[in-house]
Amino acid sequence: MAGVMKRRLVQAAAALAGLLLGGTLAATVWAQQLVADLSSHLIAITTGFTGTEVVLFGTTDGAGDVAIVVTGPRAPATVRRKQRVAGMWMNTDSLRFDQVPSFYTVAVSRPLDQLVGRPVLERHQLGLPQLQLPVDTALPPEELAAYRSALIRNKQRQGLYAISMGQVAFLGERLFRTNIYFPANVPTGLYNVEALLIRDGEVVSAQTTPLVVSKIGFSAEVSDFARNRPVVYGVAAVLGAIAAGWAAGAAFRRV
Amino acid sequence: MQVYLPIAEMSVNALLVLGMGWLVGFLSGMFGVGGGFLMTPLLIFIGVPPAIAVGTQANQLVAASVSGVLAHWRRGNVDVKLGVVMLGGGVLGTAVGVWIFGILQRLGQIDIAITLSYVFFLGTIGGMMLVESSRAILRRRAPTAKRGKLHRHIWLHGLPFKMRFQRSKLYISALLPAGIGVVGGMLVAIMGIGGGFLLVPAMIYLLNMPAGLVAGTSLFQIIFTTAAATMLQAATNQTVDAMLALLLLIGGVIGAQFGTKAGTRLRGETARLALSLIVVGVALKLAFDLFSRPDDLYTLTMGLR
Repeated sequence: MAGVMKRRLVQAAAALAGLLLGGTLAATVWAQQLVADLSSHLIAITTGFTGTEVVLFGTTDGAGDVAIVVTGPRAPATVRRKQRVAGMWMNTDSLRFDQVPSFYTVAVSRPLDQLVGRPVLERHQLGLPQLQLPVDTALPPEELAAYRSALIRNKQRQGLYAISMGQVAFLGERLFRTNIYFPANVPTGLYNVEALLIRDGEVVSAQTTPLVVSKIGFSAEVSDFARNRPVVYGVAAVLGAIAAGWAAGAAFRRV
Repeated sequence: MQVYLPIAEMSVNALLVLGMGWLVGFLSGMFGVGGGFLMTPLLIFIGVPPAIAVGTQANQLVAASVSGVLAHWRRGNVDVKLGVVMLGGGVLGTAVGVWIFGILQRLGQIDIAITLSYVFFLGTIGGMMLVESSRAILRRRAPTAKRGKLHRHIWLHGLPFKMRFQRSKLYISALLPAGIGVVGGMLVAIMGIGGGFLLVPAMIYLLNMPAGLVAGTSLFQIIFTTAAATMLQAATNQTVDAMLALLLLIGGVIGAQFGTKAGTRLRGETARLALSLIVVGVALKLAFDLFSRPDDLYTLTMGLR
Protein backbone atom coordinates (compact mmCIF):
# COMPACT_ATOMS: atom_id res chain seq x y z
CA MET A 1 0.00 0.00 0.00
CA ALA A 2 2.70 2.43 1.06
CA GLY A 3 4.58 1.85 -2.21
CA VAL A 4 1.55 2.65 -4.34
CA MET A 5 0.87 5.76 -2.25
CA LYS A 6 4.41 6.93 -2.64
CA ARG A 7 4.43 6.45 -6.41
CA ARG A 8 1.15 8.34 -6.73
CA LEU A 9 2.54 11.16 -4.65
CA VAL A 10 5.61 11.40 -6.87
CA GLN A 11 3.47 11.32 -10.02
CA ALA A 12 1.22 14.02 -8.63
CA ALA A 13 4.16 16.17 -7.66
CA ALA A 14 5.68 15.74 -11.11
CA ALA A 15 2.40 16.66 -12.80
CA LEU A 16 2.06 19.70 -10.56
CA ALA A 17 5.62 20.79 -11.27
CA GLY A 18 5.00 20.32 -14.98
CA LEU A 19 1.88 22.47 -14.81
CA LEU A 20 3.53 25.18 -12.77
CA LEU A 21 6.77 25.48 -14.66
CA GLY A 22 5.35 24.81 -18.10
CA GLY A 23 7.61 25.60 -21.01
CA THR A 24 10.17 27.71 -19.13
CA LEU A 25 11.98 24.70 -17.76
CA ALA A 26 11.25 22.43 -20.68
CA ALA A 27 14.90 21.47 -20.93
CA THR A 28 14.90 20.10 -17.39
CA VAL A 29 11.89 17.93 -18.07
CA TRP A 30 13.45 16.87 -21.39
CA ALA A 31 16.64 15.72 -19.75
CA GLN A 32 14.73 13.24 -17.68
CA GLN A 33 13.39 11.52 -20.79
CA LEU A 34 16.87 10.23 -21.57
CA VAL A 35 19.68 9.33 -19.20
CA ALA A 36 22.97 8.01 -20.54
CA ASP A 37 26.45 7.45 -19.19
CA LEU A 38 29.78 5.98 -20.22
CA SER A 39 31.57 3.01 -18.71
CA SER A 40 34.58 5.32 -18.39
CA HIS A 41 35.05 9.06 -18.71
CA LEU A 42 38.78 8.82 -19.20
CA ILE A 43 40.70 7.00 -21.90
CA ALA A 44 44.25 6.65 -20.62
CA ILE A 45 46.91 6.31 -23.30
CA THR A 46 49.70 4.36 -21.63
CA THR A 47 52.84 2.90 -23.20
CA GLY A 48 50.99 -0.32 -24.03
CA PHE A 49 47.89 1.42 -25.49
CA THR A 50 46.47 -0.33 -28.57
CA GLY A 51 43.02 1.24 -28.72
CA THR A 52 40.05 0.73 -26.46
CA GLU A 53 36.31 0.38 -26.30
CA VAL A 54 33.97 2.48 -24.16
CA VAL A 55 30.43 1.32 -23.42
CA LEU A 56 27.67 3.90 -23.51
CA PHE A 57 24.52 2.81 -21.74
CA GLY A 58 21.33 4.55 -20.78
CA THR A 59 17.62 4.48 -20.46
CA THR A 60 14.66 6.28 -21.99
CA ASP A 61 11.24 6.98 -20.47
CA GLY A 62 9.46 4.98 -23.15
CA ALA A 63 9.54 3.88 -26.76
CA GLY A 64 11.77 5.84 -29.12
CA ASP A 65 15.01 5.68 -31.03
CA VAL A 66 18.44 6.71 -29.86
CA ALA A 67 21.35 8.24 -31.81
CA ILE A 68 24.84 8.71 -30.33
CA VAL A 69 27.28 11.25 -31.78
CA VAL A 70 30.90 11.18 -30.61
CA THR A 71 32.96 14.23 -31.60
CA GLY A 72 36.67 14.72 -30.87
CA PRO A 73 38.30 18.09 -30.18
CA ARG A 74 38.13 20.45 -33.17
CA ALA A 75 41.30 21.76 -34.80
CA PRO A 76 42.35 23.38 -38.07
CA ALA A 77 43.32 20.99 -40.87
CA THR A 78 44.83 21.36 -44.32
CA VAL A 79 43.92 19.18 -47.28
CA ARG A 80 46.49 19.17 -50.08
CA ARG A 81 45.97 18.03 -53.64
CA LYS A 82 48.65 16.46 -55.80
CA GLN A 83 49.05 17.12 -59.48
CA ARG A 84 51.50 15.90 -62.06
CA VAL A 85 54.34 18.39 -62.38
CA ALA A 86 57.10 17.43 -64.83
CA GLY A 87 55.99 13.82 -64.46
CA MET A 88 56.16 13.86 -60.65
CA TRP A 89 53.18 13.92 -58.33
CA MET A 90 53.51 16.87 -55.99
CA ASN A 91 51.25 19.01 -53.80
CA THR A 92 50.02 21.96 -55.83
CA ASP A 93 46.80 23.22 -54.22
CA SER A 94 45.52 23.18 -50.68
CA LEU A 95 42.45 24.14 -48.69
CA ARG A 96 42.36 24.96 -44.99
CA PHE A 97 39.43 23.85 -42.88
CA ASP A 98 38.99 25.79 -39.65
CA GLN A 99 37.20 23.49 -37.25
CA VAL A 100 37.67 19.84 -38.08
CA PRO A 101 36.65 17.27 -35.45
CA SER A 102 39.68 15.07 -34.88
CA PHE A 103 37.32 12.14 -34.32
CA TYR A 104 33.71 11.54 -35.38
CA THR A 105 31.43 8.56 -35.13
CA VAL A 106 27.68 8.01 -34.99
CA ALA A 107 25.68 5.08 -33.66
CA VAL A 108 21.94 4.66 -34.18
CA SER A 109 19.24 2.21 -33.16
CA ARG A 110 17.63 2.33 -36.63
CA PRO A 111 18.83 3.76 -39.98
CA LEU A 112 18.58 7.54 -39.71
CA ASP A 113 16.68 8.07 -42.98
CA GLN A 114 13.82 6.08 -41.46
CA LEU A 115 13.78 8.28 -38.37
CA VAL A 116 14.15 11.97 -39.18
CA GLY A 117 14.16 14.42 -42.06
CA ARG A 118 17.09 16.40 -43.46
CA PRO A 119 16.63 19.56 -41.35
CA VAL A 120 16.93 17.57 -38.13
CA LEU A 121 19.97 15.66 -39.44
CA GLU A 122 21.63 18.95 -40.29
CA ARG A 123 20.77 20.68 -37.03
CA HIS A 124 22.35 17.88 -34.99
CA GLN A 125 25.15 17.12 -37.49
CA LEU A 126 23.98 13.52 -37.61
CA GLY A 127 26.06 11.53 -40.06
CA LEU A 128 29.13 12.39 -42.15
CA PRO A 129 27.21 14.16 -44.97
CA GLN A 130 25.81 16.53 -42.35
CA LEU A 131 29.09 17.21 -40.54
CA GLN A 132 29.87 20.93 -40.66
CA LEU A 133 33.38 21.60 -41.96
CA PRO A 134 33.73 25.37 -42.44
CA VAL A 135 36.43 26.81 -44.72
CA ASP A 136 37.77 30.34 -44.99
CA THR A 137 38.29 30.41 -48.77
CA ALA A 138 35.64 30.81 -51.45
CA LEU A 139 35.77 27.93 -53.94
CA PRO A 140 33.47 26.54 -56.64
CA PRO A 141 31.05 24.04 -55.06
CA GLU A 142 32.45 21.01 -56.89
CA GLU A 143 36.03 21.88 -55.79
CA LEU A 144 34.86 22.31 -52.21
CA ALA A 145 33.01 18.99 -52.35
CA ALA A 146 36.15 17.25 -53.64
CA TYR A 147 38.27 18.64 -50.77
CA ARG A 148 35.57 17.84 -48.25
CA SER A 149 35.20 14.24 -49.35
CA ALA A 150 39.00 13.91 -49.43
CA LEU A 151 39.18 15.08 -45.82
CA ILE A 152 36.57 12.53 -44.75
CA ARG A 153 38.22 9.77 -46.82
CA ASN A 154 41.63 10.43 -45.23
CA LYS A 155 40.12 10.47 -41.74
CA GLN A 156 38.34 7.20 -42.45
CA ARG A 157 41.56 5.63 -43.65
CA GLN A 158 43.16 6.63 -40.35
CA GLY A 159 40.24 5.02 -38.53
CA LEU A 160 39.20 8.31 -36.93
CA TYR A 161 35.90 8.77 -38.78
CA ALA A 162 33.60 5.75 -38.82
CA ILE A 163 32.96 4.28 -42.27
CA SER A 164 29.51 3.00 -41.32
CA MET A 165 27.16 3.89 -38.50
CA GLY A 166 27.41 1.97 -35.25
CA GLN A 167 24.50 0.06 -33.75
CA VAL A 168 22.68 1.15 -30.61
CA ALA A 169 21.10 -1.99 -29.16
CA PHE A 170 17.92 -1.87 -27.09
CA LEU A 171 17.47 -4.35 -24.27
CA GLY A 172 13.70 -4.31 -23.93
CA GLU A 173 11.98 -1.03 -24.65
CA ARG A 174 13.93 1.39 -22.46
CA LEU A 175 17.43 0.18 -21.80
CA PHE A 176 20.01 0.79 -24.52
CA ARG A 177 23.73 0.39 -24.99
CA THR A 178 26.39 0.78 -27.65
CA ASN A 179 30.15 0.19 -27.85
CA ILE A 180 32.32 3.05 -29.05
CA TYR A 181 35.72 1.99 -30.38
CA PHE A 182 38.76 4.28 -30.14
CA PRO A 183 41.81 3.18 -32.20
CA ALA A 184 45.46 3.37 -31.07
CA ASN A 185 46.02 6.65 -32.93
CA VAL A 186 43.09 8.41 -31.20
CA PRO A 187 43.88 12.13 -30.78
CA THR A 188 44.05 13.44 -27.23
CA GLY A 189 41.69 16.06 -25.84
CA LEU A 190 38.15 16.62 -24.66
CA TYR A 191 35.49 14.60 -26.48
CA ASN A 192 31.76 15.21 -26.59
CA VAL A 193 29.43 12.24 -26.45
CA GLU A 194 25.90 13.33 -27.34
CA ALA A 195 22.92 11.02 -26.86
CA LEU A 196 19.70 12.00 -28.70
CA LEU A 197 16.23 10.57 -28.15
CA ILE A 198 14.16 10.60 -31.35
CA ARG A 199 10.37 10.28 -31.46
CA ASP A 200 8.06 10.89 -34.41
CA GLY A 201 10.78 12.42 -36.56
CA GLU A 202 11.93 14.90 -33.93
CA VAL A 203 14.73 15.00 -31.36
CA VAL A 204 12.81 15.21 -28.08
CA SER A 205 15.68 14.93 -25.64
CA ALA A 206 19.46 15.22 -25.64
CA GLN A 207 22.24 14.68 -23.17
CA THR A 208 25.92 15.49 -23.52
CA THR A 209 28.59 13.59 -21.63
CA PRO A 210 32.25 14.61 -21.67
CA LEU A 211 35.01 12.10 -22.31
CA VAL A 212 38.70 12.84 -21.84
CA VAL A 213 41.39 11.14 -23.92
CA SER A 214 44.74 11.72 -22.29
CA LYS A 215 48.25 10.33 -22.27
CA ILE A 216 49.07 8.85 -18.86
CA GLY A 217 52.33 7.76 -17.26
CA PHE A 218 55.58 7.49 -19.21
CA SER A 219 54.20 8.47 -22.62
CA ALA A 220 52.51 11.53 -21.06
CA GLU A 221 55.73 12.58 -19.36
CA VAL A 222 57.71 12.25 -22.57
CA SER A 223 55.27 14.27 -24.67
CA ASP A 224 54.77 16.94 -21.97
CA PHE A 225 58.53 17.22 -21.65
CA ALA A 226 58.94 17.51 -25.43
CA ARG A 227 56.25 20.18 -25.71
CA ASN A 228 56.91 22.28 -22.61
CA ARG A 229 60.70 22.24 -22.49
CA PRO A 230 61.76 21.44 -26.06
CA VAL A 231 65.37 22.59 -25.68
CA VAL A 232 65.99 20.60 -22.49
CA TYR A 233 64.27 17.62 -24.14
CA GLY A 234 66.64 17.87 -27.10
CA VAL A 235 69.68 18.01 -24.80
CA ALA A 236 68.37 15.03 -22.80
CA ALA A 237 67.76 13.05 -26.00
CA VAL A 238 71.33 13.71 -27.16
CA LEU A 239 72.89 12.87 -23.77
CA GLY A 240 70.84 9.68 -23.59
CA ALA A 241 71.98 8.67 -27.05
CA ILE A 242 75.66 9.38 -26.24
CA ALA A 243 75.40 7.29 -23.05
CA ALA A 244 73.67 4.46 -24.90
CA GLY A 245 76.20 4.49 -27.72
CA TRP A 246 79.11 4.57 -25.27
CA ALA A 247 77.65 1.70 -23.24
CA ALA A 248 77.08 -0.35 -26.37
CA GLY A 249 80.59 0.31 -27.66
CA ALA A 250 82.11 -0.66 -24.29
CA ALA A 251 79.90 -3.74 -23.88
CA PHE A 252 80.81 -5.17 -27.26
CA ARG A 253 84.47 -4.26 -27.04
CA ARG A 254 85.69 -7.76 -26.30
CA VAL A 255 83.01 -9.74 -28.11
CA MET B 1 54.13 -6.43 -28.43
CA GLN B 2 52.67 -3.03 -29.17
CA VAL B 3 54.35 0.12 -27.90
CA TYR B 4 52.82 3.59 -28.00
CA LEU B 5 55.11 6.27 -29.44
CA PRO B 6 54.40 9.48 -27.48
CA ILE B 7 55.51 12.02 -30.11
CA ALA B 8 54.44 10.19 -33.27
CA GLU B 9 51.13 9.49 -31.42
CA MET B 10 50.81 6.02 -32.82
CA SER B 11 51.20 2.44 -31.68
CA VAL B 12 53.82 0.23 -33.32
CA ASN B 13 54.94 -3.35 -32.94
CA ALA B 14 58.11 -3.15 -30.79
CA LEU B 15 59.55 -6.34 -32.31
CA LEU B 16 59.09 -4.98 -35.83
CA VAL B 17 60.95 -1.76 -34.96
CA LEU B 18 63.69 -3.69 -33.13
CA GLY B 19 64.01 -5.95 -36.17
CA MET B 20 64.29 -2.95 -38.50
CA GLY B 21 66.96 -1.48 -36.23
CA TRP B 22 68.81 -4.80 -36.25
CA LEU B 23 68.70 -5.13 -40.05
CA VAL B 24 69.90 -1.59 -40.68
CA GLY B 25 72.52 -1.98 -37.92
CA PHE B 26 73.72 -5.20 -39.54
CA LEU B 27 74.11 -3.54 -42.93
CA SER B 28 75.82 -0.49 -41.43
CA GLY B 29 78.24 -2.69 -39.51
CA MET B 30 78.95 -4.72 -42.60
CA PHE B 31 79.51 -1.78 -44.94
CA GLY B 32 80.68 0.86 -42.46
CA VAL B 33 77.91 3.34 -43.25
CA GLY B 34 75.33 4.87 -40.89
CA GLY B 35 72.35 3.27 -42.58
CA GLY B 36 70.12 6.29 -42.07
CA PHE B 37 69.31 6.30 -45.77
CA LEU B 38 67.62 2.91 -45.31
CA MET B 39 66.02 3.62 -41.96
CA THR B 40 64.15 6.82 -42.84
CA PRO B 41 62.28 5.25 -45.81
CA LEU B 42 61.53 2.15 -43.68
CA LEU B 43 60.06 4.28 -40.88
CA ILE B 44 57.93 6.24 -43.36
CA PHE B 45 56.83 2.91 -44.84
CA ILE B 46 55.45 1.65 -41.48
CA GLY B 47 53.46 4.86 -41.08
CA VAL B 48 55.71 7.15 -39.03
CA PRO B 49 55.19 10.73 -40.27
CA PRO B 50 58.21 11.74 -42.43
CA ALA B 51 59.08 14.71 -40.19
CA ILE B 52 59.23 12.50 -37.08
CA ALA B 53 61.15 9.79 -38.95
CA VAL B 54 63.82 12.35 -39.87
CA GLY B 55 64.03 13.97 -36.42
CA THR B 56 64.16 10.66 -34.55
CA GLN B 57 66.67 9.18 -36.93
CA ALA B 58 69.06 12.03 -36.14
CA ASN B 59 68.82 11.13 -32.43
CA GLN B 60 69.44 7.44 -33.10
CA LEU B 61 72.47 8.25 -35.25
CA VAL B 62 74.12 10.07 -32.32
CA ALA B 63 74.28 6.79 -30.43
CA ALA B 64 75.26 4.74 -33.47
CA SER B 65 78.14 7.07 -34.36
CA VAL B 66 79.37 7.27 -30.73
CA SER B 67 79.62 3.48 -30.52
CA GLY B 68 81.17 3.39 -34.00
CA VAL B 69 83.78 6.06 -33.33
CA LEU B 70 85.02 4.33 -30.15
CA ALA B 71 86.55 1.47 -32.13
CA HIS B 72 88.27 3.90 -34.54
CA TRP B 73 89.43 6.10 -31.65
CA ARG B 74 91.19 3.20 -29.93
CA ARG B 75 93.11 2.54 -33.14
CA GLY B 76 93.96 6.23 -33.50
CA ASN B 77 92.02 6.53 -36.75
CA VAL B 78 90.41 9.91 -36.02
CA ASP B 79 91.84 13.21 -37.30
CA VAL B 80 90.37 15.47 -34.63
CA LYS B 81 91.61 18.74 -36.16
CA LEU B 82 90.10 18.01 -39.57
CA GLY B 83 86.96 16.70 -37.88
CA VAL B 84 86.56 19.94 -35.95
CA VAL B 85 86.93 22.05 -39.13
CA MET B 86 84.30 19.88 -40.88
CA LEU B 87 82.16 20.21 -37.80
CA GLY B 88 82.17 24.02 -38.02
CA GLY B 89 80.59 23.72 -41.46
CA GLY B 90 78.42 20.85 -40.29
CA VAL B 91 76.71 22.79 -37.52
CA LEU B 92 76.06 25.70 -39.91
CA GLY B 93 74.64 23.29 -42.50
CA THR B 94 72.42 21.64 -39.88
CA ALA B 95 70.99 24.97 -38.75
CA VAL B 96 70.26 25.97 -42.36
CA GLY B 97 68.78 22.52 -43.01
CA VAL B 98 66.42 22.63 -40.01
CA TRP B 99 65.32 26.12 -41.08
CA ILE B 100 64.61 24.94 -44.65
CA PHE B 101 62.85 21.87 -43.23
CA GLY B 102 60.45 24.10 -41.26
CA ILE B 103 59.66 26.26 -44.30
CA LEU B 104 59.03 23.23 -46.54
CA GLN B 105 56.84 21.71 -43.84
CA ARG B 106 54.67 24.83 -43.75
CA LEU B 107 54.49 24.88 -47.56
CA GLY B 108 53.41 21.25 -47.64
CA GLN B 109 56.41 20.30 -49.79
CA ILE B 110 58.52 18.48 -47.19
CA ASP B 111 57.58 14.98 -48.36
CA ILE B 112 58.57 15.59 -51.95
CA ALA B 113 61.71 17.45 -50.86
CA ILE B 114 62.79 14.46 -48.75
CA THR B 115 62.05 12.01 -51.57
CA LEU B 116 63.77 14.13 -54.22
CA SER B 117 66.91 14.55 -52.11
CA TYR B 118 66.97 10.79 -51.59
CA VAL B 119 66.58 10.03 -55.27
CA PHE B 120 69.24 12.58 -56.21
CA PHE B 121 71.90 11.75 -53.62
CA LEU B 122 71.36 8.00 -53.46
CA GLY B 123 71.09 7.77 -57.23
CA THR B 124 74.27 9.77 -57.86
CA ILE B 125 76.45 8.25 -55.13
CA GLY B 126 75.06 4.75 -55.62
CA GLY B 127 75.60 4.94 -59.36
CA MET B 128 79.17 6.18 -58.95
CA MET B 129 79.93 3.44 -56.42
CA LEU B 130 78.39 0.83 -58.69
CA VAL B 131 80.62 1.87 -61.60
CA GLU B 132 83.73 2.18 -59.43
CA SER B 133 83.30 -1.17 -57.65
CA SER B 134 82.48 -3.14 -60.78
CA ARG B 135 85.56 -1.63 -62.43
CA ALA B 136 87.65 -2.63 -59.42
CA ILE B 137 86.33 -6.17 -59.63
CA LEU B 138 87.07 -6.33 -63.36
CA ARG B 139 90.55 -4.89 -62.76
CA ARG B 140 91.21 -7.61 -60.20
CA ARG B 141 90.56 -10.16 -62.92
CA ALA B 142 92.78 -8.32 -65.40
CA PRO B 143 95.79 -7.27 -63.30
CA THR B 144 97.65 -5.67 -66.23
CA ALA B 145 95.49 -2.49 -66.09
CA LYS B 146 97.34 0.71 -65.18
CA ARG B 147 96.88 2.48 -61.87
CA GLY B 148 95.63 6.05 -61.96
CA LYS B 149 97.53 9.04 -60.61
CA LEU B 150 97.66 9.19 -56.82
CA HIS B 151 97.11 12.91 -56.51
CA ARG B 152 95.51 15.28 -58.96
CA HIS B 153 95.74 19.01 -58.44
CA ILE B 154 92.41 20.62 -59.24
CA TRP B 155 91.01 24.14 -58.67
CA LEU B 156 89.62 23.08 -55.29
CA HIS B 157 93.12 22.91 -53.93
CA GLY B 158 93.79 26.55 -54.83
CA LEU B 159 91.28 27.95 -52.34
CA PRO B 160 92.47 30.35 -49.60
CA PHE B 161 92.74 29.76 -45.78
CA LYS B 162 95.24 26.93 -46.11
CA MET B 163 95.67 24.79 -43.03
CA ARG B 164 98.00 21.99 -42.12
CA PHE B 165 96.44 18.72 -40.92
CA GLN B 166 99.38 16.71 -39.52
CA ARG B 167 97.42 13.57 -38.76
CA SER B 168 96.16 13.26 -42.36
CA LYS B 169 99.42 14.65 -43.83
CA LEU B 170 97.46 17.29 -45.72
CA TYR B 171 98.01 20.98 -46.42
CA ILE B 172 94.68 22.20 -47.85
CA SER B 173 92.23 25.09 -47.66
CA ALA B 174 90.05 24.91 -44.55
CA LEU B 175 87.09 25.87 -46.77
CA LEU B 176 87.19 22.42 -48.35
CA PRO B 177 86.47 20.26 -45.28
CA ALA B 178 84.14 22.99 -43.92
CA GLY B 179 82.18 22.98 -47.20
CA ILE B 180 81.85 19.19 -47.09
CA GLY B 181 80.63 19.63 -43.51
CA VAL B 182 77.94 22.14 -44.61
CA VAL B 183 76.54 19.68 -47.15
CA GLY B 184 76.69 16.84 -44.58
CA GLY B 185 74.88 18.95 -41.98
CA MET B 186 72.09 19.84 -44.40
CA LEU B 187 71.64 16.16 -45.24
CA VAL B 188 71.30 15.31 -41.54
CA ALA B 189 68.59 17.90 -41.08
CA ILE B 190 66.58 17.32 -44.24
CA MET B 191 67.05 13.61 -44.89
CA GLY B 192 67.65 12.28 -41.37
CA ILE B 193 70.87 10.57 -42.37
CA GLY B 194 74.40 10.89 -41.09
CA GLY B 195 75.64 11.55 -44.59
CA GLY B 196 78.54 9.11 -44.31
CA PHE B 197 77.83 7.74 -47.78
CA LEU B 198 78.47 11.25 -49.14
CA LEU B 199 81.19 12.38 -46.70
CA VAL B 200 83.39 9.31 -47.12
CA PRO B 201 83.80 9.55 -50.91
CA ALA B 202 84.13 13.35 -50.67
CA MET B 203 86.95 13.00 -48.13
CA ILE B 204 88.69 10.37 -50.23
CA TYR B 205 88.37 12.01 -53.64
CA LEU B 206 88.24 15.75 -52.83
CA LEU B 207 90.56 15.92 -49.79
CA ASN B 208 92.75 12.93 -50.72
CA MET B 209 92.69 11.87 -47.10
CA PRO B 210 94.39 8.60 -46.07
CA ALA B 211 91.68 5.93 -46.36
CA GLY B 212 92.30 4.59 -42.84
CA LEU B 213 91.35 7.90 -41.24
CA VAL B 214 88.23 8.59 -43.31
CA ALA B 215 85.65 6.41 -41.54
CA GLY B 216 86.66 7.43 -38.01
CA THR B 217 86.88 11.14 -38.84
CA SER B 218 83.54 11.23 -40.65
CA LEU B 219 81.87 9.38 -37.75
CA PHE B 220 83.51 11.81 -35.31
CA GLN B 221 81.93 14.81 -36.99
CA ILE B 222 78.61 12.98 -37.59
CA ILE B 223 78.24 12.67 -33.79
CA PHE B 224 78.15 16.45 -33.51
CA THR B 225 76.01 17.23 -36.57
CA THR B 226 73.42 14.63 -35.58
CA ALA B 227 73.46 15.93 -31.99
CA ALA B 228 72.93 19.50 -33.27
CA ALA B 229 70.17 18.28 -35.60
CA THR B 230 68.45 16.43 -32.74
CA MET B 231 68.48 19.51 -30.53
CA LEU B 232 67.30 21.86 -33.29
CA GLN B 233 64.56 19.49 -34.49
CA ALA B 234 63.37 19.01 -30.90
CA ALA B 235 63.41 22.74 -30.19
CA THR B 236 61.87 24.06 -33.42
CA ASN B 237 59.79 21.28 -34.96
CA GLN B 238 59.24 18.93 -31.97
CA THR B 239 59.78 15.88 -34.11
CA VAL B 240 62.12 13.74 -31.95
CA ASP B 241 60.46 10.63 -30.54
CA ALA B 242 62.75 9.35 -27.76
CA MET B 243 60.80 6.09 -27.46
CA LEU B 244 61.21 5.27 -31.15
CA ALA B 245 64.88 6.29 -31.04
CA LEU B 246 65.46 3.93 -28.09
CA LEU B 247 63.90 0.96 -29.89
CA LEU B 248 65.90 1.62 -33.08
CA LEU B 249 69.03 2.04 -31.03
CA ILE B 250 68.78 -1.29 -29.20
CA GLY B 251 68.16 -3.17 -32.46
CA GLY B 252 70.81 -1.19 -34.29
CA VAL B 253 73.62 -1.68 -31.77
CA ILE B 254 73.16 -5.45 -31.67
CA GLY B 255 72.80 -5.69 -35.46
CA ALA B 256 75.96 -3.64 -35.99
CA GLN B 257 78.05 -6.14 -33.99
CA PHE B 258 76.91 -9.03 -36.18
CA GLY B 259 77.33 -6.91 -39.29
CA THR B 260 80.92 -5.97 -38.44
CA LYS B 261 81.84 -9.65 -38.12
CA ALA B 262 80.10 -10.53 -41.38
CA GLY B 263 81.86 -7.58 -43.03
CA THR B 264 85.34 -8.90 -42.24
CA ARG B 265 84.66 -11.85 -44.54
CA LEU B 266 83.81 -9.58 -47.47
CA ARG B 267 86.37 -8.16 -49.87
CA GLY B 268 86.40 -4.35 -50.10
CA GLU B 269 85.14 -4.04 -53.67
CA THR B 270 82.56 -6.83 -53.25
CA ALA B 271 81.18 -5.02 -50.20
CA ARG B 272 81.09 -1.73 -52.12
CA LEU B 273 79.31 -3.40 -55.04
CA ALA B 274 76.69 -4.94 -52.72
CA LEU B 275 76.18 -1.62 -50.91
CA SER B 276 75.89 0.31 -54.18
CA LEU B 277 73.23 -2.15 -55.40
CA ILE B 278 71.20 -1.54 -52.21
CA VAL B 279 71.62 2.24 -52.51
CA VAL B 280 70.63 2.29 -56.19
CA GLY B 281 67.70 -0.03 -55.43
CA VAL B 282 66.34 2.36 -52.76
CA ALA B 283 66.77 5.32 -55.13
CA LEU B 284 64.92 3.54 -57.94
CA LYS B 285 62.08 2.52 -55.63
CA LEU B 286 61.65 6.11 -54.40
CA ALA B 287 61.83 7.50 -57.93
CA PHE B 288 59.21 5.00 -59.06
CA ASP B 289 56.89 6.15 -56.24
CA LEU B 290 57.46 9.77 -57.20
CA PHE B 291 56.37 9.20 -60.80
CA SER B 292 53.55 6.71 -60.26
CA ARG B 293 50.07 7.96 -59.52
CA PRO B 294 49.32 7.85 -55.77
CA ASP B 295 46.23 5.96 -54.53
CA ASP B 296 44.75 9.18 -53.18
CA LEU B 297 45.66 12.52 -54.72
CA TYR B 298 44.59 14.30 -51.55
CA THR B 299 46.40 14.27 -48.21
CA LEU B 300 45.32 15.60 -44.85
CA THR B 301 47.40 17.41 -42.24
CA MET B 302 45.88 18.22 -38.87
CA GLY B 303 46.98 21.24 -36.88
CA LEU B 304 48.55 24.46 -38.08
CA ARG B 305 51.45 22.85 -39.90
